Amino acid sequence: MSTEARKPPAQIALKIRRILGGKTGWNGVAVQFAFAAVLGWIAYEIVSNTRANLENQHIAAGFGFLRNNAGFDVNQTLISYTGSDTFLRVFVVGLLNTLVVSVVGIFFATVIGFVIALCRLSPNWLLSRIGELYVEVIRNLPLLFQILFWYLAVLAALPNPRQSISLLGIAFVSNRGLVIPRPIGEGGFEAFLAVLAFGIVAALALRFYSRRALFQRGQVIRIWPYVLGLLFGLPLVTMALFGLPFSFEVPQLKGFNFAGGSRIIPEFVALTLALSTYTAAFIAEIVRAGILSVHKGQMEAGSSLGLSRGTTLRLIVVPQAMRVIVPPLTNQYLNLTKNSSLAVAIGYPDLVSVFAGTSLSQTGQAIEIIAMTMGVYLLISLLTSAIMSVYGWRVSRSLGA
Amino acid sequence: MKRVTLALTLALAAGLTAQAADAQTLKTVKDRGAVSCGVSQGLPGFSSPDDKGNWTGLDVDLCRAVAAAVFNDPTKVKFVPLSAKDRFTALQSGEVDVLSRNTTWTISRDTSLGANFTGVTYYDGQGFMVKKSLKVNSALELNSASVCVQTGTTTEQNLADYFKANNMKYEVIAFGTNDETVKAYEAGRCDVFTTDQSGLYANRLKLANPNDHMVLPEIISKEPLGPMVRHGDDQWFDIVKWTLFALVTTEELGITSKNVDEKAKLENPELKRVLGSDGNFGEQLGLTKDWVVRITKAVGNYGEVFDRNVGAGSPLGIARGLNNLWNKGGLQYAPPIR
Repeated sequence: MSTEARKPPAQIALKIRRILGGKTGWNGVAVQFAFAAVLGWIAYEIVSNTRANLENQHIAAGFGFLRNNAGFDVNQTLISYTGSDTFLRVFVVGLLNTLVVSVVGIFFATVIGFVIALCRLSPNWLLSRIGELYVEVIRNLPLLFQILFWYLAVLAALPNPRQSISLLGIAFVSNRGLVIPRPIGEGGFEAFLAVLAFGIVAALALRFYSRRALFQRGQVIRIWPYVLGLLFGLPLVTMALFGLPFSFEVPQLKGFNFAGGSRIIPEFVALTLALSTYTAAFIAEIVRAGILSVHKGQMEAGSSLGLSRGTTLRLIVVPQAMRVIVPPLTNQYLNLTKNSSLAVAIGYPDLVSVFAGTSLSQTGQAIEIIAMTMGVYLLISLLTSAIMSVYGWRVSRSLGA
Repeated sequence: MKRVTLALTLALAAGLTAQAADAQTLKTVKDRGAVSCGVSQGLPGFSSPDDKGNWTGLDVDLCRAVAAAVFNDPTKVKFVPLSAKDRFTALQSGEVDVLSRNTTWTISRDTSLGANFTGVTYYDGQGFMVKKSLKVNSALELNSASVCVQTGTTTEQNLADYFKANNMKYEVIAFGTNDETVKAYEAGRCDVFTTDQSGLYANRLKLANPNDHMVLPEIISKEPLGPMVRHGDDQWFDIVKWTLFALVTTEELGITSKNVDEKAKLENPELKRVLGSDGNFGEQLGLTKDWVVRITKAVGNYGEVFDRNVGAGSPLGIARGLNNLWNKGGLQYAPPIR
């Protein structure tokens, strides 16, 4: 019995039909196209009508304003900026300020969150009560109040610059912020950097090698003395050979404020504190839930192998819990980033404050500026999501799930 | 703050798409039964609510005068408190009919916002306030100072210009609202608080010990403050513009809220024209013949409004200065009503 090979159906056409039209076939596709056309037409009408009306009312439109001089100053800039720079530069300055407060906030929120979660799970009565109290108090107070509280508390507790608290005579704390000496590169700077970079790379390579030896041959190699030598010994030797790599510019009180040195403004401190402690309360609950989701047999198995509680948590329980923790953790990271826009209440120059605030009222171009700002937040959030998805995928893969 | 701006922007987009060439502000106001008036979130002397929620101030009285001219009732005003950075969007979107919120008249605001200034209610200039304990006597001694300022104002740009021109360094801390700015200044976050000089005097009253603070003599900018209306409705523009002129004219002619009825009976041709028994200027504006009488009975003349809110009769006690009439050494001048 010979059978001719059956011709495969036209796959591509079928697929298109299924995707667009569902069960209704080509009729469905037509409906979809008509619907898309209507949507497109509505969008076009909205945009063109808005444009026409803006023009009628002589409200300036378009993005040309980005090239104009901003003419105002910002008190924390990660890139050089003066009042004679453009609004585009203001946008970048504000964006960087938002990013730096988000990244630092996320770091501390994660650390505090994990610590609090471990406290709550601890068999120690006092520790677990403290963890519980922290979570219940912090997550039930509105964030804006916490930001204002930290700001006013930080400001009220600190003296004015002339009575500032001196730390060893080189760093100063006052209600203008923390001033620290600023390193300035000297002769041996390049050599020092090169050696430091080499030390880090070599240490990472050693770690990689020792882990492979452990997993493949069960061989334990003690690497920490070499790592210490690479990271600290080698740079010290370089310093001895080439002289100090940098000198410090020590801040000095001149007139009203400190001149020289680098400064961390109190707005940044207050905002980071509020955002990280607040988000940490939520992260703590997520981590606790994640750890509790791992069967208690895992913990018992660790104990029966003679591992300590800490080691069991670190090597067995937490890696399994990460699979549950990562998706809601991403939400908290996104929340923190978006909440950083409350900065305007305490005068921290974030994107919303300097761009959607000051720039908007200087130029009056609400639609363009708000659209750009929303676009940026969307982009930051999508990027964070993407990174966390990749991380979550790797965690799942390493567990073989 | 962000949410407000966002909502306003969406309202703006929606409003612009929905009501294309709807320029009948007077009709809208009459249908609504009240003038919607954008004011500050609380600046004593210009616009601030008392403990019962009644708004008072120079900017408030301008809106009351408009309401009196339209409705013969100065209470028919809906006050909308706006932050500096939300004010223009509120006007553009039609949320307010008049923006009477100590707003400086500049060319960019007049030309790019789709709105017009109708005149100058108060000639102001930017100044600085410091603690007396700093022992500073001039703004030129402020090198390296920290300065608190409200965001979204001309103040921010003047500040940058002034320190740059005088080759001085400074640190700026910009807050969203006036109250936050003052609080930070009082908490010692900055050495200097800067805004329009009238605002400095007004805000000094809010401080715990007003006498520990002083206003420096320098005035670093011209800040003519005035009301704004939307572009494209000339009738409404005329009404708001001439309400202000009526206030100045009545002061010039010695007409006050107390003697307006007697003055109306006099056989003086100019008084008859202004007070409506001769000619029909009010009707040409879309109002009634006795529009000036209505305004004067409701709020008085410009001098009365000034004294009651910011001048000698108020806690601020600001001298008339530039805001005196043109024939008394000031700048307040109204084109003739004829």
